[in-house]
Amino acid sequence: MAQAVPDREVIAPTLREIASDWSADQEVFRHTHWGKAMMWIFLLSDTFIFSCFLTGYMTMRASAVLPWPNTAEVFALNIGGQELPLVLIAIMTFALISSSGTMAMAVNFGYQRDRRKTTALMLITALFGLVFLGMQAFEWSKLIFEEGVRPWYNPMGAPQFGATFFMITGFHGLHVTCGVILLLIIASKVARGHYDKAGDYSAVEIAGLYWHFVDLVWVFIFAFFYLW
Amino acid sequence: MATTLADDLRPLHHPHSWVTKYVWSQDHKVIAIQYSCTAIGIGLVALVLSALMRLQLGFPGAFPAIQPDNYLQFVSMHGMIMVVYLLTALLLGGFGNYLIPLMIGARDMVFPFVNMLSFWFYLLSVIVLVAGFFVPGGPTGAGWTLYPPQAISEGTPGHQWGIVTMLVSLAIFVAAFTMGGLNYVTTVLQARTRGMTLMRMPLSVWGIFTASVMGLLAFPALFVAAIMMLFDHLAGTSFFMPTMQSMGAITPTQGGSPLLFQHLFWFFGHPEVYIVALPAFGIVSDLISVHARRNIFGYRMMVWAIVIIGALSFLVWAHHMYVSGMNPYFGFFFATSTLIIAIPTAIKVYNWLLTLWRGDIHLRVPMLFAIAFIFTFIHGGLSGLFLGNVSVDVPLSDTFFVVAHFHMVMGVSPVLVIFGAIYHWYPKIFGRMWNETLGKLHFWITFLGVYAIFLPMHYLGILGVPRRYYALGETAFIPQSVHLANAWISIAALVVFCAQGLFFFNMIWSLFRGPRADPNPWGAASLEWLTPDTPPAHGNWGPHLPVVYRWAYDYSVPGAARDFIPQTEPQVEQRA
Repeated sequence: MAQAVPDREVIAPTLREIASDWSADQEVFRHTHWGKAMMWIFLLSDTFIFSCFLTGYMTMRASAVLPWPNTAEVFALNIGGQELPLVLIAIMTFALISSSGTMAMAVNFGYQRDRRKTTALMLITALFGLVFLGMQAFEWSKLIFEEGVRPWYNPMGAPQFGATFFMITGFHGLHVTCGVILLLIIASKVARGHYDKAGDYSAVEIAGLYWHFVDLVWVFIFAFFYLW
Repeated sequence: MATTLADDLRPLHHPHSWVTKYVWSQDHKVIAIQYSCTAIGIGLVALVLSALMRLQLGFPGAFPAIQPDNYLQFVSMHGMIMVVYLLTALLLGGFGNYLIPLMIGARDMVFPFVNMLSFWFYLLSVIVLVAGFFVPGGPTGAGWTLYPPQAISEGTPGHQWGIVTMLVSLAIFVAAFTMGGLNYVTTVLQARTRGMTLMRMPLSVWGIFTASVMGLLAFPALFVAAIMMLFDHLAGTSFFMPTMQSMGAITPTQGGSPLLFQHLFWFFGHPEVYIVALPAFGIVSDLISVHARRNIFGYRMMVWAIVIIGALSFLVWAHHMYVSGMNPYFGFFFATSTLIIAIPTAIKVYNWLLTLWRGDIHLRVPMLFAIAFIFTFIHGGLSGLFLGNVSVDVPLSDTFFVVAHFHMVMGVSPVLVIFGAIYHWYPKIFGRMWNETLGKLHFWITFLGVYAIFLPMHYLGILGVPRRYYALGETAFIPQSVHLANAWISIAALVVFCAQGLFFFNMIWSLFRGPRADPNPWGAASLEWLTPDTPPAHGNWGPHLPVVYRWAYDYSVPGAARDFIPQTEPQVEQRA
């Protein structure tokens, strides 16, 4: 009886399950907290905001009349007499991706009802977020005070470089800031045992969804703005 | 644990004082009324603006108080208010809030607090918008499309502060809509009562649901465009601003792309048409079915048509930009996708007509408005076919033909549905009945009036009369008949304008003096008419949620005791 099931028959029942979920009453996403469904839908909407920003940036970059600065040089740091291209961004990206890891662990411990570990891991995640924001502030001030880049002016070429940079990274930084605040609020609720009383740790996972999304957006900004 | 939300009474924030009951209310019905009143209030401002425009166009020179700048400001504010702050807010924030929980058998929206915030953000956006009338330089006069570079360049009325209040207001509106829209979508997906499958939902809910999803995906583009233009205006960036010669000097901006704004704007703007139209489609289907005592023809087809129209409307935006200077080859793609939308739309129109076919039609006021909608919608849809074709659109662009088209299809048609819907649900919302004679008078003047206004505009457009002009003057290609038609349109518009007083008098008078309404005066089968209280109490359903056994369209079923079977009545097989 233990025959290998052909792929086709594995997929078909899954499709059938999806169809039956959607045609069932009460809930489309069964046993799913409404807050989680709502967060997913919000993130879809937010994806469109960032897509518009990034598409706008690409259009602008393609149609700019002055040359676009070489990002590898602009975002290089001089460490010990050595020009290291994109080193700061690499560290920032590393911090943010690591925070996704700690967040995933926090969600896991949340479902195990481990109050202490969940709190600690969420605080570490928030700390990574703060590190990211701090380095972003450093990067902004370097660009503004040392390179003289302004939203309306850029000594290295196209003024759209500064404009899109400040707008897109600023908007993303705003998301990270909101995320850190959200994490701290939820972490304090976890620490106080709020979710043990309510019997529902979904809030940790919902906050986690948002945090992973913010990280994912950063990957796209990294790829399209810094690496291109 | 994740639980079925609907039965849970805990999330209901029971109001304890007058303020939490009627002002900072989290009850979807109160929020709906707050939304509707605000939307209708700001809509009246836009109505007055349109009357002022008509005074100028019909009798140029007779009203020296209306200067060219004022005229352009009236055009811009009228358009933006009507499309965004009246129609979107009223159909989704108003009807969406009121109908979704009642029609799907929920006690409230899933996240009532955010739903409340949604209204207060909306109110804030309206206040910021109105503030535009009082800032130095007045509101923006860039047209409702706000195209840069002209919107923020010297010489355009309101380029100092009016454009800022407009853009800020739009950004706030998007935030408000997002909070509301998330609630509408999640509530439909996750909070239906037992037995209420997606394919048993009334079409009103389908229309509002699809429109909300579209709003969540389309408004981001508007948000981004507004933010970028604010930067252009306030921080001197060059997102949309190329190098220009302005007031005899070269501007410091360079390399921006005005076309990018148009793409962003219409990526929002075209779905926006259907964000307004789909709830109207849904509601009108229900009105027709109830008042014709017949099940809606082709329910599944209607649902899929709504969904397909919603999806297709994201692929047609550049048909607003045939003359913008974009790559001409785009025209082929966008004309094709535009004309494809005619297929699901035509399916809907045929299904409405087939629902009426051999129906037991009761020509009550809501039904009159619903049938009138079919007329105006077919009309506006057919002129849309002209404009969807590039080669026909190019000569008709920026003429009164365009004005006539979109007023017919997305001005008059949804407004007729809104009137019908208000007459239809008023007895449930307020527990009183309005005056039938006044309602019919209001209907006939409005319906005949809009044809008197907009039919001649097609003629003006074919003659090539340009839109947004303050005065035509003595131009060779404009015959005398144009001036006559303009005067006629203005008189008709003023009559229709005054006739709306009948509606408001009827509604307000009936609120206090109208006879008590029957809980289900039309004999409708859908859930919102089956609430234990009229108007529905907080929590909607008393101690137990209704259980649904059938779709919302069991009218005139052979062998049934009454000519409708409520959704909560078990199927015969299950009783046996």
